[in-house]
Amino acid sequence: MAVNYKSVPMREQLPDIRRKNFDEVPLGYSEEEAVEEAQRCLQCPKAPCISGCPVNINIKGFIKHIQNREFKEAVNVIYESDTLPCVTGRVCPQEDQCQAKCVVGVKGEAVSIGRLERYVADRDLEQRANDTKSIEINENLKAAVIGSGPAGIACAADLAKAGIKVTVFEGFHKLGGVLVYGIPEFRLPKRIVETEIETLKKLGVEFIKDTLIGRALTIDNLFEKGYKGIFIASGAGLPKFMGIPGENANGVYSANEYLTRVNLMKAYKFPEYETPVLKGKSIAVIGGGNVAMDAARTAIRLGSEKVYLIYRRTEAEMPARLEEVHHAKEEGLIFKMLTNPVSYSVDDKSFVKKIECISMELGEPDSSGRRRPVPVNGSNFEIDIDVAIVAVGTTPNPLIAKTTPDLKIGKYGEIPVDENNMTNKPGVFAGGDIVTGAATVITAMGAGRNAAASMIRYFSDIEQ
Amino acid sequence: MIKIIEKYKLGPGMNFALLDAPLIAESAEPGQFVIVTIDEKSERIPLTIADFDRENKTISIVFQEMGKGTHRLANMQAGDFLYGVLGPQGNPSVIHENKDVIIIGGGIGIAPVFPIARKLTAHGNRVTSIIGYRNKDYVFWEDKMNAVSSSLLIATNDGSYGEKGFVTDLLKKEIESGKNIDEVIAIGPPIMMKAVSDMTREHSIKTIVSLNSLMVCGMGMCGACRVTVNNEIKFTCMDGPEFDAHQVDFNELMQRLGTYKNDEQKCFEDWQEENNGC
Ligand SMILES: Cc1cc2nc3c(=O)[nH]c(=O)nc-3n(C[C@H](O)[C@H](O)[C@H](O)COP(=O)(O)OP(=O)(O)OC[C@H]3O[C@@H](n4cnc5c(N)ncnc54)[C@H](O)[C@@H]3O)c2cc1C
Ligand SMILES: Cc1cc2nc3c(=O)[nH]c(=O)nc-3n(C[C@H](O)[C@H](O)[C@H](O)COP(=O)(O)OP(=O)(O)OC[C@H]3O[C@@H](n4cnc5c(N)ncnc54)[C@H](O)[C@@H]3O)c2cc1C
Ligand code: FES
Repeated sequence: MAVNYKSVPMREQLPDIRRKNFDEVPLGYSEEEAVEEAQRCLQCPKAPCISGCPVNINIKGFIKHIQNREFKEAVNVIYESDTLPCVTGRVCPQEDQCQAKCVVGVKGEAVSIGRLERYVADRDLEQRANDTKSIEINENLKAAVIGSGPAGIACAADLAKAGIKVTVFEGFHKLGGVLVYGIPEFRLPKRIVETEIETLKKLGVEFIKDTLIGRALTIDNLFEKGYKGIFIASGAGLPKFMGIPGENANGVYSANEYLTRVNLMKAYKFPEYETPVLKGKSIAVIGGGNVAMDAARTAIRLGSEKVYLIYRRTEAEMPARLEEVHHAKEEGLIFKMLTNPVSYSVDDKSFVKKIECISMELGEPDSSGRRRPVPVNGSNFEIDIDVAIVAVGTTPNPLIAKTTPDLKIGKYGEIPVDENNMTNKPGVFAGGDIVTGAATVITAMGAGRNAAASMIRYFSDIEQ
Repeated sequence: MIKIIEKYKLGPGMNFALLDAPLIAESAEPGQFVIVTIDEKSERIPLTIADFDRENKTISIVFQEMGKGTHRLANMQAGDFLYGVLGPQGNPSVIHENKDVIIIGGGIGIAPVFPIARKLTAHGNRVTSIIGYRNKDYVFWEDKMNAVSSSLLIATNDGSYGEKGFVTDLLKKEIESGKNIDEVIAIGPPIMMKAVSDMTREHSIKTIVSLNSLMVCGMGMCGACRVTVNNEIKFTCMDGPEFDAHQVDFNELMQRLGTYKNDEQKCFEDWQEENNGC
């Protein structure tokens, strides 16, 4: 059979239209398109794609089912390893993971594994929510999950399916972690996250919102209240700033603040929704990852005339998903590569007016193997702006560490765990960004499932 | 959902509400605050825990009508439900033993100093409280403050009650009287806290203030509340809200509070118009 080197494109909203709305950009495959794309899969005996997946989804297996139009069977294969395929099908960096290993991809375009995953998962989303029934729960086996992001959701699901009584504690007034406050609607529709949460509730999982562990209750309080196992999935939410002059000017945001105002608090519907955000005519976004890309594309949608992406390395080193970089360019984002901010200047009311930058060049490779950017002396220049968004990374929130004296904490505030996702404190497990630092949805989800498996073993040990 | 058990006016534009909040009441300490969301559309509104009752599982908030959020909150009644109340947030006040402490509360800031004064007194400190109101119509919680202070001094801007002047005028007298003062704790509008801080700095008296920066999350993940303290970035919600007054950049705090002035005003005016219309 001749190999087809071109993948079936996915229909998407045109750039000029989507610049003005928050609706999802790629529109998804039709059944025919999905089957056609699935036919491109060679069903290689070794299926290297599977080893490229952080949770080793049986990719070859699920694609085979799509080839046979067995869509329910296909998604069931995915559920074996992935709790949230509607989400990961949309946000995984497939080009660095499964699709990077695809044999078809050596000579042509890799099979669009992510799009196929999304297709079968979307087809099943409502159905699965309807079909879910709670199973008998052992009220004596109580587990607490801290945080409702992908790690917490995945862990809670597996624990509940094993008949353990699970309570999820979430600081925010909405559930879903970064999936609701960070990643924008145009990349991940919130109804997907809501449906996943509904499914969990049907499984018997209890959610307590507006409750921050470390303040309202400590880890030790949870044990006193009868929880026998605790999973910490509190993410890496503390924004970093650069420490340059003028960074506290009005109009300089962390990406987390900007995205939280717009996504979680719906500032794009101000004043109907009451949280404001500065819209700005000319906006600088600093960083090169998914967070920077999301902030920049949000700014475009809020009507800014010019949005600059300021990144100190080159486009090749940008950690953002390829598809988002591509989409952002189409939407008119102005790339200022090899550029680093030095300071901000303000007007007489302390609103930011200009960002001063310096040009960079690539020097010797650093510890990450990427060539280190070094400033070019005397190359300083200014850009007129009225809003700046800093997206240069986040660190773990120190609250749980500070209020759990006997919990071991790593150098960067992360919580170290063993291969069972167990911490040094008996009965306390951790996973997701709080362990790895800012990473990906799929690794957080995988950690949640691994932790759940260990917790189930731990529960059966203490029961005996 | 959190139920409002009791709700009444304390004075012009000033409100008291008692909330049924068992989990928060269980662990709340003086100096901490909550983040209130009225409904899905509301802002996240930070308010200090003005009192708490572990036995009855309640907390109290006292708030001034500023913009749309606090006006809408003021329109709610006993029996209504709030969408969410996050807390207790922030670090509890540090309470020393057996010291001479001056507590200063300005306007609505009198509510948050009350539980601090009560705990200080319970820990054997001698507490002189200085409280200031705009005029006699705004006087509230005088009796409560009196009960937890060794002595209570009152000022109004126009002299219609207590002494005429500002809290700083009364503080000046206390300092000049030569009494021992180990610590000053001041809560009120930023301009008042700055004035107190400038005065005590001259006399090298340790001073604590509670900052009311803008906030979104109230739990350390957005940085909206950042302030400069001792030339370093601090997050009010996580590192504060109380800080050493002499190290706080008050000008920056006040400038940042003005970030959304235009939007807030428009939001409020639209709302007022709508409400007068029907
Ligand atoms: C803007 C943005 C875009 C991204 N884009 C992508 C992408 O395209 N692809 C991808 O794979 N990854 C992406 N990521 C990264 C990915 O979202 C994270 O790696 C992932 O969400 C981590 O999951 P988690 O469950 O560990 O933590 P989070 O999703 O961070 O969830 C943690 C939750 O815990 C809550 N919490 C924290 N502390 C407490 C406490 N003490 N008590 C109670 N609750 C608490 C928080 O409020 C939060 O809801 C992106 C991240 C951001 C911010
Ligand atoms: C830790 C802390 C404790 C506080 N405790 C009290 C209290 O006990 N009683 C009380 O009356 N007020 C308190 N405040 C101030 C109160 O939060 C604001 O007055 C309120 O958010 C205004 O909301 P609004 O929608 O009515 O007004 P808006 O129209 O939003 O704004 C009116 C004014 O309030 C200020 N403001 C707006 N939003 C915020 C915000 N999210 N955080 C802080 N200030 C804001 C702005 O500077 C603005 O000038 C506290 C603030 C903080 C940070
Ligand atoms: S309010 Fe978000 S970090 Fe303090």
